[in-house]
Amino acid sequence: MGSTNSTLSKIPNVEELMQETGFTPAHIVRLYDRFEALDKEKTGHLRPQDFGAINRLAMNPIGDRIIGAFFSPGQETVDFHSFVRILAHFRPADKKRPKDPSMPEPVNSRTSKLKYPPLVFSLISVAFQLYDQDKDGKISRAELLQVLRSMLEMQVTEEQLESIADRTIQEADLDKDDAISFEEFRKSLEKVNIDHKMSIRFLR
Amino acid sequence: PLRRVLLILPFGTPLGGVYKERTKDAARLSEFNGKMLLVSWEWSYVQTPYIIAIWILVASVAKILFHFSQRFTTVVPESCMLILLGLVLGGIVLLTSKKQLYQLEPGLFFLFLLPTIVGDAGYFMPARLFFDNLGAILLYAVVGTLWNAFCTGFCLYGVKLLGIIDQKVQAGLMEFLLFGALISAVDPVAVLAVFEEVHVNETLFIIVFGESLLNDAVTVVLYKVYMSFVEVGPENVQTADYFKGVASFLIVSIGGTMVGLIFAALLAFITRFTKKVRIIEPLLVFLMVYLAYLTAELFSLSAILSMTFCGIGCNKYVEANISQKSRTTVKYTMKTLASIAETIIFIFLGISAVDKSKWAWDTGLISCTLIFIFVFRALGVVMQTWVLNWFRLVPLDKIDQVVMSYGGLRGAVAFALVVLLDAERVPAKDYFVATTIIVVFFTVMFQGLTIKPLVNWLKVPRATNRKPTINEEIHERAFDHCLTAVEDIAGLNGYHHWRDKWEQFDKNYLSKLLLRKSVYRKSELWEVYQKINIRDAISVIDQGGNVLTSARLSLPSMASRASFPEVTNVTNYLRENGSGVCLDLQVIDNVPGAKVEEESETHHFLAGNLYKPRRRYQSHYSRHFMTVGDHERQDREIFQRNMKSRMETFKTTRHKRHSHKKDRKQDLNDKPRRNVSWQDKDPVVVTVESEDEKGEHLEPEKEEDVGITFVARKVPDTPKERPKSVPAGLEVCQSPSVAPPSPTCSERNLPWKGGIGTLPVCVSMEATKIIPIDLQQAWNQSISSLESLASPPAFMGNHVPHCLTHSTTEQSPNHTHQLRPSNPLSSATSPSRRRVFISFNNSGSTVSIDSDIHYKHTHTHTHTGYWTNTAMMILRKYSEHPIMSTLFPI
Repeated sequence: MGSTNSTLSKIPNVEELMQETGFTPAHIVRLYDRFEALDKEKTGHLRPQDFGAINRLAMNPIGDRIIGAFFSPGQETVDFHSFVRILAHFRPADKKRPKDPSMPEPVNSRTSKLKYPPLVFSLISVAFQLYDQDKDGKISRAELLQVLRSMLEMQVTEEQLESIADRTIQEADLDKDDAISFEEFRKSLEKVNIDHKMSIRFLR
Repeated sequence: PLRRVLLILPFGTPLGGVYKERTKDAARLSEFNGKMLLVSWEWSYVQTPYIIAIWILVASVAKILFHFSQRFTTVVPESCMLILLGLVLGGIVLLTSKKQLYQLEPGLFFLFLLPTIVGDAGYFMPARLFFDNLGAILLYAVVGTLWNAFCTGFCLYGVKLLGIIDQKVQAGLMEFLLFGALISAVDPVAVLAVFEEVHVNETLFIIVFGESLLNDAVTVVLYKVYMSFVEVGPENVQTADYFKGVASFLIVSIGGTMVGLIFAALLAFITRFTKKVRIIEPLLVFLMVYLAYLTAELFSLSAILSMTFCGIGCNKYVEANISQKSRTTVKYTMKTLASIAETIIFIFLGISAVDKSKWAWDTGLISCTLIFIFVFRALGVVMQTWVLNWFRLVPLDKIDQVVMSYGGLRGAVAFALVVLLDAERVPAKDYFVATTIIVVFFTVMFQGLTIKPLVNWLKVPRATNRKPTINEEIHERAFDHCLTAVEDIAGLNGYHHWRDKWEQFDKNYLSKLLLRKSVYRKSELWEVYQKINIRDAISVIDQGGNVLTSARLSLPSMASRASFPEVTNVTNYLRENGSGVCLDLQVIDNVPGAKVEEESETHHFLAGNLYKPRRRYQSHYSRHFMTVGDHERQDREIFQRNMKSRMETFKTTRHKRHSHKKDRKQDLNDKPRRNVSWQDKDPVVVTVESEDEKGEHLEPEKEEDVGITFVARKVPDTPKERPKSVPAGLEVCQSPSVAPPSPTCSERNLPWKGGIGTLPVCVSMEATKIIPIDLQQAWNQSISSLESLASPPAFMGNHVPHCLTHSTTEQSPNHTHQLRPSNPLSSATSPSRRRVFISFNNSGSTVSIDSDIHYKHTHTHTHTGYWTNTAMMILRKYSEHPIMSTLFPI
């Protein structure tokens, strides 16, 4: 870890970034290494193709959607800071670190008033956005179908897909508008212990 | 030694008796009857192999019986059952012969049984995971074992001084330290047997398992050092000797590792040249791995380390070099051997425990040992984890620590070592033997039995037995995928600077040296692959062809090099098969008439069909279960889909570009034809007014042992037609929202789907043969579904108007030809190799020139000239494109 400081000094505004995201210097260095590894052409920006070059991601049924989540609309590249900020959404809540009120709120705690712990909330909202591709705040039947189609094996028939989608919407749809709003989405996942699922994950 | 052991098997005595009488009879008979003897009893001749075979048979039958009841084996670990069986067998023998004549012979154990188990573990060790956690593993294996050994030894000595251990146990500090050393090693056999059934997370698994493998080296060294100390007598030991001990440890472990790695390189190198003699590939693997073990033993280095690292090191290259069938053979044989060896070890352990003459019971010693090994194991784990967590990005939490302390099972290694003790030099040997047996029994039986409930109990946060709703099921899976993807992106799944360096080195030097040229070249494919795909898409769009929906590009399904080495290499050739199967599956997709599903069915359905995130199926090492190809198939499917959708988006962003349209067309039109054999058909002209007409050919390829079998389909020659230009109005951009395109009209119109009559023939007769083994299942499924189609005519009828039937229906798989297999890539000469490559990449895809002309590259390899030519043609075709210059600087 001797190179930590030298790497950190290469990153502009690293202090700010760390405060904002709550990552430790070790994390940042690790992520920076990774960023550089992905950034094959050393432009300081990642393009969707760079993400596409991650082999394992090609095996992920919703990998492309997740790649998409890294790019804000209209932008074709992402720089290191945004890269880290987006990853911060997936960072588990830091229990040990004492909350410093003077610190700017970490990215993933802006919704801490809600009943979910920050991470889980943030995760849910990210997941919701994966479904909600047109960003209208609702998962329509078509959007759900798309995700389902990519997540189910190929032998599943269109009809089966539709029936599943219908059931899914019926089940979650409280206001009967044939779409799942964020609130409904959240409610449908209330009983799932996502934090537990996260407990074996990385990015601590 | 083997013979001696086996002589005294349960069957030995009675059969031996019979044998004696019979030989007497035979002698008498031959005396009486003169020269001729029709039947004779040749027991002594077949005895040794016969008894070995019987032993293995008993072990196998025992295994079968244990696995009869699934529920039973989930509660009781197999190792416990085997020890119990051994106890019973031993009891029977003891009763019949009144004398215990045999036990687990160290020679048999160390030369035959242990290597099979270690070899299997090493060869199938998830290498990446292992090296990810190498630091932790080494710490636990070295420091942990030393800690255990010293603490146990010293404390036992202290307890002895306190008088808790009986005076009859004549042992000094050295003896206790010796005993502490041999009892402290966590045993890989026992750990595997138990941990395999307790599904702990893979990090934990690899740490405990890796530790148990590596600490044997430590134990054996310690054991030897102490042995020499005991032999010289404690009073004669000088300070220098302690340093010698440390040096010996370093030499033994590093030397063992080196020997293993050398053999790994050797093995990989040899398998480069086995292309012509596939048959000896599996044998070579076994031989070299075993030789690594024996060689290390020869120089009294750590054989376990040697074998483990030989397995880990060679796996990647060997798997890439040898054929699919050899791979399967190696896999099955290794697993069989290991499984049998493990069974025999446990049975022997049980049997040798029965004989009381070898025992000397001392309650104080036994209970103290049990307490100490448990306490010190726990203490050691907690302290080391505490240190380790300073450095680990992913700390080991409390549950992990509990499982690790509790999972410290002792087993056959300790037993073999204690039996090896010299009773004259170590007077307390009998006490030690008894204690070891008890410790082994206690840890394997009691801890083995309780570890599973313990893990479950520690990990159960879900008190509710509620059925998840559909929403939960789907979204949870989405979360899983999401997190997996983020891990991949962030590279936190064990990303290391050094790993990158290593991979670079491996790519630049090792792979070149150790992998077959063809294989190595092919692995480069992955890197060029995406760009080529994109280039395809660009070209299609540039040509103004809206025709080519991504569905029609039969996308290669190729697994990543890093995570699925076995798929990567030769199997790359299989990619077209993947698409073939998928196409067929898509046909099924169109069949209406699925029943409306009940809620529970939906759940069942979802559970069965949702793609599993990597974490769930990436099973770690298992001795008994071989997960075959399921996730490979899944990866292939997902990969194809992702590529499709990427191309969709790509097209929508790039569809405006038509710059090189004309040139390219021109190029293609005067492409060389002189060396084109019949397989290279003319473009099929599709004369339909529909702008979306497509023709698709399924061209499955199979990797045979000797190379590749290509299948080409004869197509009626049709006059070529060249539309001069395409009206821009014809272009229909694909909407980005349609991510996975639904089956196209042409797919329904695939040759073999042209009519019901041809359907069964094409699917079952010819096609099955050319489907690779790992895709057989999917293929069979699709066949059975196809055959069960109730109403294909109606469905076909709907689409016939849009489709061109006249040209395609004539293509029936009856024209399928299996061409002379050869490997075009390896035979290509060096300057053109790269280009040939490209052609191969493209060969799967239907390159369409214009909206109504479909040109299909058909590959043949009657001569490599064709390959080069195809490559040249494609090169020329794309040569103007900017990507080409970056891709293939000439």
